[in-house]
Amino acid sequence: MATDLQESPARAPRRGPGSPARPGMRDKLARWDVKLSPYLYVAPFFIVFGIVGLFPLLYTGYVSLFDWELIEDSPEFIGLDNYVDLMVDEQFWKVLVNTLSIFLLSSIPQIIIAVLIAYLLNTRLRAPTTWRISVLLPYVASLVALGIIFANLFGPQFGLVNSILETFGIDRIDWQADRFSSHVAIAVMVNWRWTGYNALIVLAAMQAIPRDLYEAAVVDGASSLRRFVSITLPLLRPTLIFVVITSTIGGLQIFTEPKLFSEMPGSNNGGATNQYQTVTLYMYQSAFEQQDFGYASAIAWVLFVIIIVIALINFLLTRRLAGTGSGR
Amino acid sequence: MRQLFRRALALSAAVTLSGGVLAACGSSDDTGGNGSDGGPIELTIGTFTEFGYEDLLEEYQRLNPNIKIKHNKTGQGGPYHQQLFTKLGAGSGLEDVVAIEEGHLSDVMAKASLFNNLLEIGPKDVTADRWLDWKSQQATTKDGKLIGYGTDIGPLAMCYRKDLFEAAGLPSDPEGVKPLFETWDSYFAAGDQFIAKSDAAWYDANAQIFNAMHNQLPVGFFDTSDQLVIETNADIKANWDKVTAASGRGQSAGLVAFSNEWNSGFKSGAFATKTCPSWMLGVIKNQAGPENKGKWAVTDAFPGGGGNWGGSFLAVPTQSKHPQEAAKLAAWLTAPEQQIKAFGKTGNFPSQKAAQTAPELLEKTDDYFGVKAGELFAKQAAKVGQAQYKGPGDGRIQENVTSPALQSVEQGTSPADAWAQVVDGATKIAK
Repeated sequence: MATDLQESPARAPRRGPGSPARPGMRDKLARWDVKLSPYLYVAPFFIVFGIVGLFPLLYTGYVSLFDWELIEDSPEFIGLDNYVDLMVDEQFWKVLVNTLSIFLLSSIPQIIIAVLIAYLLNTRLRAPTTWRISVLLPYVASLVALGIIFANLFGPQFGLVNSILETFGIDRIDWQADRFSSHVAIAVMVNWRWTGYNALIVLAAMQAIPRDLYEAAVVDGASSLRRFVSITLPLLRPTLIFVVITSTIGGLQIFTEPKLFSEMPGSNNGGATNQYQTVTLYMYQSAFEQQDFGYASAIAWVLFVIIIVIALINFLLTRRLAGTGSGR
Repeated sequence: MRQLFRRALALSAAVTLSGGVLAACGSSDDTGGNGSDGGPIELTIGTFTEFGYEDLLEEYQRLNPNIKIKHNKTGQGGPYHQQLFTKLGAGSGLEDVVAIEEGHLSDVMAKASLFNNLLEIGPKDVTADRWLDWKSQQATTKDGKLIGYGTDIGPLAMCYRKDLFEAAGLPSDPEGVKPLFETWDSYFAAGDQFIAKSDAAWYDANAQIFNAMHNQLPVGFFDTSDQLVIETNADIKANWDKVTAASGRGQSAGLVAFSNEWNSGFKSGAFATKTCPSWMLGVIKNQAGPENKGKWAVTDAFPGGGGNWGGSFLAVPTQSKHPQEAAKLAAWLTAPEQQIKAFGKTGNFPSQKAAQTAPELLEKTDDYFGVKAGELFAKQAAKVGQAQYKGPGDGRIQENVTSPALQSVEQGTSPADAWAQVVDGATKIAK
């Protein structure tokens, strides 16, 4: 990169064959400028990233090798013991399953509904901007306010959802106690917030699809369902993959929703038997309630690895799907 | 020229950036003022929720012109204590005087070396006998150091719904109900009688009953050598069995304390009795609302004697730069006269013996419950026995192990499974 720049005549005019060989200070400076400037320009990002991203990441790894309590003058080095403990910790596996379950319950319906909403928004509507802004409104609202309101709605004895179920003659559901029901309730919270946001991203991609493709399909006599399945969906694939990856990263780190869903205010237990505790919530509890920083750091690293693995799977998936999708 | 300008811009950007970061790192530790050169000494004090200290701190500064006080108030106890422990761990950033709530005291006592012994640095005339015995015992380490000056307490009485009692054919005047609240056995027996004739539950939540029973035991989760005795202490299991059996018979409303559902439970009359520390009267008043005025009553009886729930201490961490002055302030704030004033402001019940006989306290009436609340709780405070020894992690076992497990029993887990969960969880915390 730097060499390319150096050899371009416009950037180094004095190095032409006819100029006298005077390797002066200015010349040197100019060369350094050309060589170093690009790095200097990108440096701020990497410096900040190094301080607030990379260093904590590595230090967390270091801490995870110790029996490190919050108030500890001389933490004891215990090697990989924290990781060994973690692998046989039933609670960890339970919260991992909870996390995956909430993730699936939220991401799958979310993306399907987002595509449908985007499709509807892409039809001829009066005041399209109003509609588009209104699907984004849940995203604008404060997450904490949402959490408190939803925890109220899903209250087992006095909650609105159960009252409505009862008027339809359906048995009330204990949204707190039952493991699966609590995951559904939390997933509803997540979906409420993120569906509109994803719908707008999908909508942008939809509007980029050339109109003539649809016109040609209409001429060929394709139904609107056929047009959606054979034109819209394939051309949306790259965008969908992006949406899937971002919701993977977000979904595996769900924290606020289960924390606020808890009946016991401020509790990190995620229910009486940890039925809706997520990995991040367990990590937070280990660090700031049990004050076991070493163990919490080990959880953080394992979660990091899990997210990388799933992101890698998604990356491979992207390449494949994008490959087949580009054969238009 | 343009190139030069661009270069300068990039450079200065990089410099400002790293400079900013460095500056941010360097600006800790700004509290504490300087007393050595005769200037005013700046003290800081950290409290949570409402201690009623605003006017008192003004007064103290008037009385001591060389002291300037900065008051850091946090809204909620949970985040406040989390911060407290983080700053203890960091070794800096704590206030000169910090408030500590009873529930977090066991974790503080486990790190007693990070706090000053108030018997040493405090004013000599302030000794442990200023407070009710059990209150000063709670903040005294095994080797006799006093870590905190007691502020307020939460002596337990029983609150109950008169109208629900009447409808179920139980006595309902404060004297008549006393036999029901004599022992835990009579309490649960009355509960059976009550639920047979009423749609409401007898009490709000298993954990609320179990915690009160547990605090009356001579030995709690830990013995005095910090060994976890939850499995060998038969009293704990006996309490557990009584409570879970009662909830199995339908006495519990299964409402987690301080949850939204619990709040609604007060309005709709979902349960007939409530373990009632002094500060709970305000909670009931707010949650049950004016439309239920006259339905709730309180009596000066509590199953198994007396008990305490809540209350705080003022401590001086060793990281304080002015420990003597800080201890003097804490001693002044926790003197009976000042605590009576704080009681007038917030209703926090004073823990000092002299304050318990003050007419301002004894004359205090509560319209909502129609009783002389001050006198009633002063009586209850005198009934509290020895303070149970709390080992490190005691509060966390109660909050994160026994309470959730008791809730899971309400939600259908078998008591035996839940007990196994308790033993597991407690062992994990104690390790």
